[in-house]
Amino acid sequence: MSSVRVLVGTRKGAFILNSDGKRKDWKVSGPFFAGWEIYHMKGSTVDPNRLFASQSSSWSGQVVQRSDDGGATWTPVNNNFAYASVPGTHQWYDGTPHPWEFKRVWHFEPSLTDADTVFAGVEDAALFKSTDAGATWEELKGLREHGTGPQWQPGAGGMCLHTVILDPSNAERMYIAISAAGAFRTDDGGKSWKPINRGLRSQYIPDPNAEVGHCVHHVAMHGARPNVLFMQKHWDVMRSDDAGDNWHEVSGNLPTDFGFVIDVHAHEPETVFVVPIKSDAEHFVPDGKLRVFRSKTGGNEWEALERGLPQKDCYVNVLRDAMAVDRLDECGVYFGTSGGQVYASADAGDSWTPIVRDLPGVLSVEVQTLA
Amino acid sequence: MTEGGESGPMIRVALPYHLRTLGKIEGAEVPLEVAAPVTVKRVLDALEARYPMLAGTIREHGTGQRRAFMRIFACEEDWSHQGMDAELPEAVAAGREPLLILGAIAGGW
Repeated sequence: MSSVRVLVGTRKGAFILNSDGKRKDWKVSGPFFAGWEIYHMKGSTVDPNRLFASQSSSWSGQVVQRSDDGGATWTPVNNNFAYASVPGTHQWYDGTPHPWEFKRVWHFEPSLTDADTVFAGVEDAALFKSTDAGATWEELKGLREHGTGPQWQPGAGGMCLHTVILDPSNAERMYIAISAAGAFRTDDGGKSWKPINRGLRSQYIPDPNAEVGHCVHHVAMHGARPNVLFMQKHWDVMRSDDAGDNWHEVSGNLPTDFGFVIDVHAHEPETVFVVPIKSDAEHFVPDGKLRVFRSKTGGNEWEALERGLPQKDCYVNVLRDAMAVDRLDECGVYFGTSGGQVYASADAGDSWTPIVRDLPGVLSVEVQTLA
Repeated sequence: MTEGGESGPMIRVALPYHLRTLGKIEGAEVPLEVAAPVTVKRVLDALEARYPMLAGTIREHGTGQRRAFMRIFACEEDWSHQGMDAELPEAVAAGREPLLILGAIAGGW
């Protein structure tokens, strides 16, 4: 019988939540790496027992942990993310040049074809690759050096490369996103990159239609439709039908189009989930109500999903990597909040149940669908 | 063994809780054999050779500089700004006093 394993990164450790395919009864394991920030954990689809975890602290910096047994035991692997060339400068918050400095790993994206290969999106923004399961890391420097790097600027959370999407139909194509530079695509396996931000409009930057400088919060893709991308920008929910070459807004009837997470149903490429957040000044859900919004039309027309979610006195946030979907026949959806709750829906968002309510603030949620 | 081929005194290094956990280190102190002259750099070289997972957690990869919120004390003195190559007090080199590596009390959440 199928089962699911939910990987939760929090501000004070990692947790693993297991359930069978019914997704009613859960076993909570952890905390792993107690006291450390776990920005992200993700498992390989080639070998689901191979997991990578980004462990960090302000005191001791970055640690990378790997498990080869589904999270039962962990081993620290190489944590040396050395930029492949003189990093140069990007823009600081005040517009002055600032040297590139490694701070942490925001996202691990394991290869779709090789369990030893994994990509790491880091702050200050760069993309690294390991082909030996984390024993060594090499920067794909073509991204940082493609030309617009000196114009990149950090968002409030730092200049982080937080989204890495691999195209299952084209091993040479990959998408990444950076706050606050925008989205980028490679069509040659990471050697060369180009910005893909045409159509994004950000009124808070000097040129609202600039090639780079947009605060992209997250991007999602359905594997069966790899040219269709959905984006939660700082403000605006966006869609591209041509692999990011052009974007158009699909915020439609959302109560606010600010937010962080966005994800796509496992089996319905036009069904999209977001969690609207009140504003960039008030990072919590509007009206004290925690609601997921679902579009079954690829955007523009959104319905509020609130059954089982708190509908008064709720003031949590849901961060960019804190939503995931499983691949069971009836698609499960999961998200974690800044208040430490992890909610699950076993019916594609129609109803929700908290798996746990009192974890440290959730930074990331991933789910593995296990045979 | 020291550079002269003789067993020298064991340096005692006290690490913060999180790094003892990361290194799966039991006990409050790590004994290390370090060739003279005993400096912070040489102690950290020996520590990271024995516990590779601690590389990058006390001093930065690349620059080798102390991480901003890590502090180093010797004989009740703040050694954090003495530089990596400054010779540590004789009492530390002789193993009578530990070299303390601490996380700064820097708030956080």
